[in-house]
Amino acid sequence: MTYTALAVIAVVAVVVFDLLVMRTRLLRRRAFWIAYAIVAFFQLVTNGVLTGLRIVRYDGAAIVGSSTPSDGVPPFMGDGRIAFAPVEDLAFGFALVVLTLVLWVWLGRRGVERTPYAGPPRFEYPGRADDPRS
Amino acid sequence: MSHLAYVGVLAFILVGTAWLEVFLRTRVYTRWRRLVCTVAPVVVIFSVWDLYAIASGHWTFDDARTTGIVFPGGLPLDEVLFFLVVPIASILTLEAVRSVKRWEIGDEPAGSVVDGVRGGDL
Repeated sequence: MTYTALAVIAVVAVVVFDLLVMRTRLLRRRAFWIAYAIVAFFQLVTNGVLTGLRIVRYDGAAIVGSSTPSDGVPPFMGDGRIAFAPVEDLAFGFALVVLTLVLWVWLGRRGVERTPYAGPPRFEYPGRADDPRS
Repeated sequence: MSHLAYVGVLAFILVGTAWLEVFLRTRVYTRWRRLVCTVAPVVVIFSVWDLYAIASGHWTFDDARTTGIVFPGGLPLDEVLFFLVVPIASILTLEAVRSVKRWEIGDEPAGSVVDGVRGGDL
């Protein structure tokens, strides 16, 4: 199977895992999507380094775009690449993050170190709501 | 030094997220047992995917810029560490959002209202 096919399957699998199997329903939560947006940005940066410097090289037969060139930098954008990395890497990263966070939330729900909850932050910032615990 | 290029990126991710534990009190490393139980299956599953991809020739690694420590099947230590570090950073980020926004993530007791705030659901 190609990387493209596996990446699509992985995305479908983690969506089903979250919504139907574990019923953690992270994909329906605002907190998840804000966190994912932050993670995805840094994934593009770090993955761009790994792929742009050709530390990891891809075979064109396995991805939408072409093989990582042996004598130069892959395209920053286009030819199936975003920030040097194959678009498949975004799906790979999404599956990695969703699987992780579903397991984290599921364990908490089962009572595995559910607490102490995160927060509150150590610093004040504008617009911060009053903490009912304090 | 170039052998540390890949793990250098991983170190950047670890250092870049560590402050969340201190200043936003994410309490992820504090809950290290839950962290281990979360990350262990993720490392296994994605290492299996990686092994399949390596065997199928989907991707290869630059021997000069990875540690050179390779598991059977051609899986570099660097990749296994990636499957450890990125999940940790993801959990720290989710808990950081919870810390700042006080939104629920779904592990709260049923029917509870954490911090007096509901509305985690879209």
